[in-house]
Amino acid sequence: MSLKIKSMDVAETPGFDPQRRSFLGAAAAAAGVALAPGVMLYAITKSSPTKARALDAAASSDVRWGMLIDLGRCDSGCDDCVTACATENGIGGHGRPETDPQWIRKIELTDPQTGNSKSLPMMCLHCEDPPCVDVCPTGASFKRADGIVLVDKHTCIGCRYCIIACPYKARSFVHELVEDQKTHAPRGKGTVEGCTMCVHRIDADRQPACVEACSDTGGGAMLFGNLNDPDSEISKRVARYASQQIRADLGLNTAVRYQNL
Amino acid sequence: MKRIIYSEIDGNSREFYALAALLGVFVLSALGAAYYMEHYGHYVTGMNNQIVWGMPHVFAIFLIIAASGALNVASIGTVFGKPAYKPLGRLSGLLAIALLMGGLVVLVLDLGRPDRLIVAMTNYNFKSIFAWNIFLYVGFIGIVVVYLWLQMERRLNHFVEAAGLVAFVWRLILTTGTGSIFGFIVAREAWDSAIMAPLFIAMSFSFGLAAYILVLLAACRGSGREIGDVIIQRLGRLLGVFVAAVLYFTAVQHLANLYAAEHTGVELFILFNGGIYTFLFWAGQVVVGGILPLILVFRRDRSESGNLNRGVILASVLVILGGFAQVYVIVIGGQAYPLNMFPGMEVSSSFFDGSVAGYTPSLPEIALGLGGVALAGLIVLFGIKVLRFLPTSLSNMAIEPHHEVTVNKA
Repeated sequence: MSLKIKSMDVAETPGFDPQRRSFLGAAAAAAGVALAPGVMLYAITKSSPTKARALDAAASSDVRWGMLIDLGRCDSGCDDCVTACATENGIGGHGRPETDPQWIRKIELTDPQTGNSKSLPMMCLHCEDPPCVDVCPTGASFKRADGIVLVDKHTCIGCRYCIIACPYKARSFVHELVEDQKTHAPRGKGTVEGCTMCVHRIDADRQPACVEACSDTGGGAMLFGNLNDPDSEISKRVARYASQQIRADLGLNTAVRYQNL
Repeated sequence: MKRIIYSEIDGNSREFYALAALLGVFVLSALGAAYYMEHYGHYVTGMNNQIVWGMPHVFAIFLIIAASGALNVASIGTVFGKPAYKPLGRLSGLLAIALLMGGLVVLVLDLGRPDRLIVAMTNYNFKSIFAWNIFLYVGFIGIVVVYLWLQMERRLNHFVEAAGLVAFVWRLILTTGTGSIFGFIVAREAWDSAIMAPLFIAMSFSFGLAAYILVLLAACRGSGREIGDVIIQRLGRLLGVFVAAVLYFTAVQHLANLYAAEHTGVELFILFNGGIYTFLFWAGQVVVGGILPLILVFRRDRSESGNLNRGVILASVLVILGGFAQVYVIVIGGQAYPLNMFPGMEVSSSFFDGSVAGYTPSLPEIALGLGGVALAGLIVLFGIKVLRFLPTSLSNMAIEPHHEVTVNKA
C-alpha cells in the first residue's frame, strides 16, 4: 500500500521521468514478491489465528494463546509432558531437587474428605494480569501481546521478586551454571526462568512440546489454541464444558484452564 | 538557650583502629562471600526455589527498617521541637544513612546478577514496589544529606525544621514502601495485608531507636564524652513506647488472620506448630524483643541510676535481637509456608508443593549480612572522625537546662 502511494507521488512530481517510474514499478513488484510470504502468513493469522505470525510481525493481541487440560485424561504415573519440556528447552538438573529449576511439574491432589485423587501438570499459567510482571522492577518480566508471559534474560537482575509474587510457584531461579543450552531457550545463572509456552514453537506454527508429547504418548489431556478465536477447538471446548482456573479468586484470568478438576 | 558544641572524635587511639580493622574484616568477608555466591551460583547458599529470599534479605530488610527509624531522633528534635533531642540530631542522620547503605549493599550483592545494577538504574517498571523503593532509598539519602548540612551550617539553621519535616514524611513513605514489598503480595497468605506498612513503620521506630541508643553510647563512651542518665532514660522510655507499638500491630496482624478461617493454616504454622518460626516468634520476637525490654525500661527501680542505664542498654540489645527474629519470621517463615493453590486438598509434587520448605542459613549468607552491619558501623566511625556529628557533652547539665526552658515557656 505504501509503495503504491509513493509511486503516485512520483508521478505527480514535476520533472517526472517515465523510465524511472517503470523502474520503481518493477522494484515495487519485486518488493511485493519478497514480502508476499509474510503478508500471506499475516493474512492467515488474521483469518485463522491459530496459525503462526510472521517473524517480522509483532505478536498480536488478536490472539490469546491458551491451554485446556483435561484431568480425566491425565494419569498420575505419566510425566511425558515434563520430560518433553526438559528435552525441548534443555532443562537438566544437577540432582539437587531443592534448587534445580522446574518449568512444568506434576502435582498430585487428594481430597482428604473423600479420598478422591487427581494428577495435573502445573506450569506458568500465563495470566492476563500476571503478578510477576507487576512486581518486576526492571520490566524483565513481561507479557507479550498474545498473552505469553516471558522473562527477558538480558534485563533480569535476579531479584526473585517475581518468584515471591507468583501464586503458582511457576518460576525458578537458576542457582548454578547452565550448560548445553538450546539456542531457542536462552537461560542463565542468576536469572529467573519459567515456562515460555514454547514460544519458539508457537512462532513457527507448532504446538508446545508438552502438548505434543501428551497427545503422542500421553493421554491426550492437553489442548492448545487461540482463546480469542471462537472457531478454535479450545474455544469451542471451553464454551461447551465446564473448566476452571486455579485460584480464580485472585482474578488473574489464567490462559491455562483445567477440566474435571 | 545554651549553645551546643559539636566536635569530631580524635580517632587516633589503638582501640579506634582496632575497631575499624575488625569492621573492615567483616566487610571484606562479605565481599568474599558475595563473590563466592556469584561465582558458583546461589546453590551454595541455604536458599532454594522454595525460599528464594534468605538470610541476606533478613539482614538487608532489618537494616533498611532500622535506617528510617534511626532518623526519628532527629525528627523529634526538629519536627516535634523537643530541645533535649536537638544535640542528638546529627548522629541520627548519619546513622540513618549508614544503616541504609549497609542494607542496600547486602540487597544488591545478593542479587542473582549484581553486575546488572546499571540495568536496575536504567529500566523501570513503575508498577513495581521495588522500583518505587529504588527512588525512595536514593531520595532518602539525598534528603538526609541536605538535612544534615542544614543542621551543621549554622547560618542555614532556620531551614532545618522544613528539611526535617520533608525527611520525616519521606521516611514514613519509605517504610510504607518496605512494608508493602510484603503487604501487596496476594500469593502469600502470611503477608497479604495492608497492616504490613504500619507494622513496618512501628518496627522501624523501635529497631532504629535501639540501634541509635547503642551507637550513641558507644560513641560517647569510646571518645570519653559525658552522657548523663537523663537522656539515656528518656530514650529508654521512648523505646518502650515503640516496643509496645510493635507488639500492638503484631497482635492485630495475627488476630485478624486468625479470625478468617482461610488463614487458620498459616497462623497455626507461625504461632503453634511451625518449629523454628514458632520458637522465634514467641521466644525471640515477643519475649526477648517485646516483653523483656518493656520490663527493663518501665520498671520502677529505686536503686542507683546506673542500673537503669544498664537496663536501657540491655533493652536496646534485646530489641535488636527480637527485631531480627521478627524479620526472620516474616521473611523466611512467610515463604516456608506452602502456597495454597488448592484449598482443602492434600497436595504433593517433586517441587515441594504442599510441604513446608526447608531453609538453613549458610555461612556466606550470614557473612554477607554481617558485612552490611559492619559497613554501617564503618560509615558511622569514619563520619564522626571527620565531621562534627557528636556533641561534646550530653551530661545532665547539658540536657536539663533546655528541658527547664521548655517547661517555663509552656
